[in-house]
Amino acid sequence: MAIAARDFRELRLDAMSRTFGSLNALQGVTLSVRRGEFIALLGPSGCGKSTALNCLAGLLTLSGGSIWLDNTRIDRLKPEERGFGMVFQNYALFPHMSVRKNIGFGLTMQGRPKPELERKVDEALAIVRLGDQSEKLPGQLSGGQQQRVAIARAIVIEPPLVLMDEPLSNLDAKLRLEMRAEIRRIHELIGSATIYVTHDQEEALSLADRIVVMRDGMVRQVGTPEELYSRPAHSDVAEFMGYRNQICSRAAKAGNLMDVSVGGVSLQGTPVEPMADGDAVAAIRPDDLKVSAGGPISATVESAQYHGSDFYCSGRAAEGTELYFRSAQRIEKGDTVALAADPSRVLVYPRVPS
Amino acid sequence: MTDQAVSESTAPESMPLRVRLALYELDGVTLLVLPAVLFVAVLFVYPFIYGFLLSFHPKAGDWLANYRKFFSDPFLYDTIAATLWLAVPATLINVLISIPIALRVRLMRRRRILTTILVIPITLGTVLIAEGLLNYLGPQGWFNRSLMLFGFGGPVRLVHNYTGVMLSLILSGFPFAFLLTLSYITGIDPSLEHAAATLGAKPRARFGHILMPLLAQGLAINLCLSFVQTFSVFPSAVLLGAPAGATRVISIAAYQAAYEQYDSSMASAIAMIMGFCQLIVVALILSARSFFYRGAVGAGKG
Repeated sequence: MAIAARDFRELRLDAMSRTFGSLNALQGVTLSVRRGEFIALLGPSGCGKSTALNCLAGLLTLSGGSIWLDNTRIDRLKPEERGFGMVFQNYALFPHMSVRKNIGFGLTMQGRPKPELERKVDEALAIVRLGDQSEKLPGQLSGGQQQRVAIARAIVIEPPLVLMDEPLSNLDAKLRLEMRAEIRRIHELIGSATIYVTHDQEEALSLADRIVVMRDGMVRQVGTPEELYSRPAHSDVAEFMGYRNQICSRAAKAGNLMDVSVGGVSLQGTPVEPMADGDAVAAIRPDDLKVSAGGPISATVESAQYHGSDFYCSGRAAEGTELYFRSAQRIEKGDTVALAADPSRVLVYPRVPS
Repeated sequence: MTDQAVSESTAPESMPLRVRLALYELDGVTLLVLPAVLFVAVLFVYPFIYGFLLSFHPKAGDWLANYRKFFSDPFLYDTIAATLWLAVPATLINVLISIPIALRVRLMRRRRILTTILVIPITLGTVLIAEGLLNYLGPQGWFNRSLMLFGFGGPVRLVHNYTGVMLSLILSGFPFAFLLTLSYITGIDPSLEHAAATLGAKPRARFGHILMPLLAQGLAINLCLSFVQTFSVFPSAVLLGAPAGATRVISIAAYQAAYEQYDSSMASAIAMIMGFCQLIVVALILSARSFFYRGAVGAGKG
């Protein structure tokens, strides 16, 4: 029998909230997760994503709301009664136990018979490709190997839900890419639901079926990676999804589009929600602000970083507007460039007075 | 290994001495240990060797006469048992009680206030504690007067016996044991226990499988230090105990030899025997350590 997640239909977070003193770390988070789904909780540090994960694991108690696994309310259960697998940011491997003992710990606690335990641990070792390291202590392994042990230890108990708290943040860039693919492969293999906390939008986009963007303890937007990438619902979500140019401007209706002013030049953009004339924010990705001969915006280059396929540049347009853009050609500091953006790639949001 | 490889391949005679020493990490800063070395040599090594040699030059008899006298006179050799009978239970009580309390205290926010309160008995010293206990627990003290007032029977004898010394050893020794245990326990990454909990380990299993094995090394050190402290008990054994009876500890025997019989050779011999007893117990505890995991108690990269 291979390792497979325990069956369930739906995990439901119902207005989950948590306060620390006067700080509202989580405010009414509502979400429903199906079996087999890979959910990324994405947000800047302090947005409540780790708090949400710890609440799910039972390491923090809720101040309000509830958590349901199908028809069972689980938010009052202790972590040891929930049976979720968790992968910690620092791996939290037991330093005094061999890799095999670490992975078998959950099964030992369940009192499984020895032959079954050994077989499952062997399977988990094979899944994370660590079969030959099983007698080593965690301290003798590399960071990537420790990470694999942590994953094996979490999945061997066949949890319906696997929780991961920024598991790749301690690895170097190359290993991070490798482990990303590995995590997705293991997720599909065992068929659990995975909730993955990260502050790296690229990680969330490449791994998740659905992304939950959080900010100030609240869910800002839930959607597929494509939805979030092309149409963030709010300007702060857009900023987090890589719309680095956020230009405050007046906006005026022009048919289905809106006229906005970017660097003193009038530009057409697409409103994300129905909106009236008034204060607005225009959000443009650096990738969508292109250097083109007849471009309307004129900017002076302030820096250009070589990124292999192109240059990542920043420049200043009229009115002191700082703009980030990409250029396929080599440009130097001090050059003047002409920039253009497709109206469908300029997203216009109403400006919320703060 | 790399250092040696470097020094072998690139250390021709032309290399200045300073650079060659630096390869072995010896430099000007190394000189800073000299005062400490001198201090240890003058105040510990020399007196120790002097006392050791002195113990073999008895007032009368051959070179082993002092030791023969000690081990043939029950009035003398019983002091070892009397001391162990105080030191071992006191050490165990102090260290074992410190574990559950430290487990709770590490979660507290205002830990500093509590640790400050606990450090006070250490700074006051054993004499003040003994005086306090004499007044409080004595036949006319508050404790016995309250007992009688509320009709719990006659005065209980709590000082000038074994109980008095034991209470004093716990009062003065516990804060020390506790602070050591607390620092070892807070050194264990809480995420290890969280991980164990998500894997289904109940509190008892988390304690047995995770905390205790990681704490074992620290507890062994704690036991050694607490034991050495209580084994050399002197002021409280004299002030609170029965220095001629149940709490006639080995340090009292040494004191009497030195300052009542003016036999410094005999006193040295007793001090040597005392040191040897401590050494045996410490060696036993430390050798038990090898059964446990000894390494970092962190949780990997962090």
